[in-house]
Amino acid sequence: MKYAWPWELSRAGVLNMNKRNIGYIGKYNPRKHYKRVDDKLITKQLALANGIAVPDLIGVVQEQHDIELIPAMVIDRSGFVIKPAKGSGGKGILVITRVDNGRYYKANGDEVTPNEIYRHVSNTLSGLFSLGGRPDVAIVEGLIVFDPVFNGVSYEGVPDIRLIVFKGFPVMGMLRCSTAASDGKANLHQGAVGIGLDIATGKSLHAVQFDVPVDKHPDTHFPLSDIQVPHWETLLHTASRAYEMCEMGYLGTDMVLDKNRGPLLLELNARPGLTIQIANGKGILPRLKHVESLKGATMSVDQRVEYAKKHFCDQPKF
Amino acid sequence: MHSRKPFYIFVFLLFFVGIGASIYRGIEHNVPFLPGEQVQSWAIDAKVSFNGRNQPAEVQFSLPNDPAFDILVENTTSPGYGLTITEEQNRKAIWSIREASGPQSLFYRVTLVPTGKLEIKSEQEPTDTEVYLWPATEKAAAEQIVEEVWLRSATNLSFAKQLLDLIHDKNQSQNMSLLLSTNTSTKLFLQMLHTKGVPARNVSGLVLEDQRRRQTLTTYVQVYQDGLWHLFDVVNNKQGRDGNLVLWEYAGGSVLEVMGGRSSQVSFSMLQDTRSALATSIDMMMTDDALDFSLYQLPLEEQSLFKGILLIPIGVMVVVFLRVIVGIKTSGTFMPVLIAMAFIQTTLLTGLIGFLLIVAFGLMIRSYLSTLNLLLISRISAVIIVVIFIIGLFTLISFKLGLSEGLTVTFFPMIILAWTIERMSILWEEEGPKKVFISGGGSLFVATIAYLAMSSELVQHWVFNFLGIHLVILGLVLVMGQYTGYRLTELKRFKPLVGEK
Repeated sequence: MKYAWPWELSRAGVLNMNKRNIGYIGKYNPRKHYKRVDDKLITKQLALANGIAVPDLIGVVQEQHDIELIPAMVIDRSGFVIKPAKGSGGKGILVITRVDNGRYYKANGDEVTPNEIYRHVSNTLSGLFSLGGRPDVAIVEGLIVFDPVFNGVSYEGVPDIRLIVFKGFPVMGMLRCSTAASDGKANLHQGAVGIGLDIATGKSLHAVQFDVPVDKHPDTHFPLSDIQVPHWETLLHTASRAYEMCEMGYLGTDMVLDKNRGPLLLELNARPGLTIQIANGKGILPRLKHVESLKGATMSVDQRVEYAKKHFCDQPKF
Repeated sequence: MHSRKPFYIFVFLLFFVGIGASIYRGIEHNVPFLPGEQVQSWAIDAKVSFNGRNQPAEVQFSLPNDPAFDILVENTTSPGYGLTITEEQNRKAIWSIREASGPQSLFYRVTLVPTGKLEIKSEQEPTDTEVYLWPATEKAAAEQIVEEVWLRSATNLSFAKQLLDLIHDKNQSQNMSLLLSTNTSTKLFLQMLHTKGVPARNVSGLVLEDQRRRQTLTTYVQVYQDGLWHLFDVVNNKQGRDGNLVLWEYAGGSVLEVMGGRSSQVSFSMLQDTRSALATSIDMMMTDDALDFSLYQLPLEEQSLFKGILLIPIGVMVVVFLRVIVGIKTSGTFMPVLIAMAFIQTTLLTGLIGFLLIVAFGLMIRSYLSTLNLLLISRISAVIIVVIFIIGLFTLISFKLGLSEGLTVTFFPMIILAWTIERMSILWEEEGPKKVFISGGGSLFVATIAYLAMSSELVQHWVFNFLGIHLVILGLVLVMGQYTGYRLTELKRFKPLVGEK
C-alpha cells in the first residue's frame, strides 16, 4: 500500500505540516524576531556579534546601479556566491566556483556571463526571490572551500548540515548532499540526498533521495552508511547557541564545514521542512514533546548539548 | 498557550447564527431552499357593479385577509372614485364619489400566493353569541331537533357535525323537512348552532379554479372550538377546507355594502399562474417592507456583481480545504480562485484551453524578454501588455472562425496571467519544466474544483439568498485553520516512516 494510516504516522511520532505550523512555529517563534532569520544579512551580523563563524562577506548590493561593482568586488576571488538576503527555500542562490580572467563558471562548468549575473542580481533586488515579493538586497559571499572529508559524498556542491534546534536543544540532524539532480543545491525537494545523523556522535543513520531510502550516493556511488561528520561537538554547540542569538524556539540551522575555518553558520530557518524525519527514518515529535516536558532551571549551552546527546541518540538503520 | 474555549464558542456561534439565519430566511420569508422552485399563484379580479342614483355613493368592499394566502400585489381600478383601504382585521376597500349615475363598475385585482396555513386561529374565545329566537311556527320543531342532538354531542364540534349529518339525512324527519322548506340549509345550520349559544359565524369564500369567470362568493359556516375556527360547507355536506378556497371575508360582516346605489353585485374571475418561488418571495418581502437591510434592495447591476463576489468565499474555502486538509500545492495562494472566477465567465473547457494557450504563448514571449536583461518591473509590465495582445489575437481569430466561445477569453484577469507567466518562467529556469507542470497543474486542478463548486446552481442560489451561509463558511475556514492532523498527501509522503515492519 502506498499510503499510511494517520494513526500509524501518529504512533511513529511523525510531525506534520499543519501541526508544525500551529503547534511549533506559531507557538515558539515570536513574529518580531523573524527578520533575524529571514534576512540573511541580519543573521550574519548577529552571528558575528555572537562570535559564530560565518562565510566571508564580500559585499552587499543594495541598489540597481551598484550591480556594476560586483566584478570589482570579486576580482581576486577564486569563486563567490550571490544570494538574496530574504530568499527562501534556496531560491536565487548563484554559486560561481571559478573566476577565470573575468569569466565566471558554475560548478558544473557552465559559463555564467556578466549579463546573466546582472539580471540575476537585478531580479534579486526587485524581490523576485523574497517572500511576498518585497524589495531585497543581494549578498556576495566568499566561496566555501569545502572540507575534503566529504569528497564523494556530495556532487558538485557543498554538503550542509541541518540541525533542528528546539528551545535550544539540538533534537535532530541531517547531512544534505547535492546531486546532479539538485544542480549543486542542498535542498531535498530539489533532489539532494538527505542523510540522517545521530545527535550523539554525528554518524550517519539513514539516507533518502526524493523521500526514497538510498544507501549509495546516486552520482558518486559513495556508500552513505559510515559517514562521520567531523567537528560534531562544535556543530552542536553552534546550533544550540543560535537559539540565544535569534530567540526562535523552533529553528533549523544550516552549517557547512570549511576546509580551513571549520563549521560555518550558513543560514537559519524559522520554518524548517519535515523531510529531516524521512532522512532519519524517524518521527521528530517524541523528541519535541520530551523537550517541551522539561522543567527546571534554564540550561546552559553545554548542558543542553550534553542532554541532547544523552537522550536523542539513535541506532543506524542501514 | 491560552485557552481555546472562546475560539470554539465563537465558531459554534458562527455556525449557529449562520444556520439559524438561513433557516429563518427560508421559513419566514419563504425563500426556497432549492433553486428553480416554482409556486402557484392566483390572480383574482373582483368586479363590483351597481347602478348609481345621481347622488353621493359609498361602496365598502371586504378584502381578503386569509392566512392561507399571502397577498403579493393588489390594486384597484376605479376612475373618478376616492379610495381608502382600511388595514384592520377586516380589511376593506372604501370607494366614494360625489355623484354616481348609471351603471358603475369598480375593479379590485389581487395576486395571492398559497401559504399552506389553512387553520384560522382565534386568540380569544368569541364573546357570547346571541341566542337565536325561532318564529313561533318553527320553534317546537327546531328545539326538538336541537335538544336531541345536543344530548348526543360532547363538544361544539361534534354538535355541529351531527347537525350537519341530520340536515343531509336521506330519511328526514318531518320536523327537519318543515324547517328546510322555509330556510336554506346554511342558514338553518347556523341558527341551530346559535340556539345553543355555540360560537359560529357565516363566512364568504371563493373557490379557486383556473380560468373561471363570473364566479360568486359562497357562504360557509365556521364553528369555534378550542382556539380554532372549523369550516363547514353545509350545502355540500363537507367539513374542513382545502387549499383552493379563499376566505374572502370571515369576520361576520357583509362583503359588499353600497350606499347611494342599487342592484349592487360582485363577481370574480381568476387565473392560475406559475412563477419562480424566489421571485415571489422577494416580491413578498417588497410588499411587507421586510427588505430594509437586504441585497435585494440593490440595483440589479450591483446585485449581479454581488452574486459574483459572494462566490469567492466558496472558492476560498475550497482552496483552504485542498491545501490544508489534502495538501495540494498551488502557485500563488489565491490564484486558483481568480482563475475559477474567470472560468465561470468562460465555461470550463474554453477557460482551460484559453488559459493554457495564453500561458504557453506568454512563456514563449517571456523567454525572449529574458534575454533582454530588463528590470523585473518593466519585464512584468511588458508581459502584461503582451498578454493583452495575445488575448486580443485569440479573440479575433476565434471571431473570424466563428467560435463565439473564444471571445470570452477576455474575462481572464490579465495581471494574474502576467504574474503566473513570470513565476512559471522563473520556475522553469530554476527548477525545470517538470516543476512548472506540477505547480501549474496543481493550480489548474484546484481552480477546476473551485470552479465546479462555484458554478453549482445550488451553491450560487445559497450564497446569494442565504447570507448566513457565509458565517458557516467563515466558521469552517477557522476550524480548518486549527487542523493539526496529517494532510492526505502526507500520508503518502511519510509512508517510509512506518513502512518497513
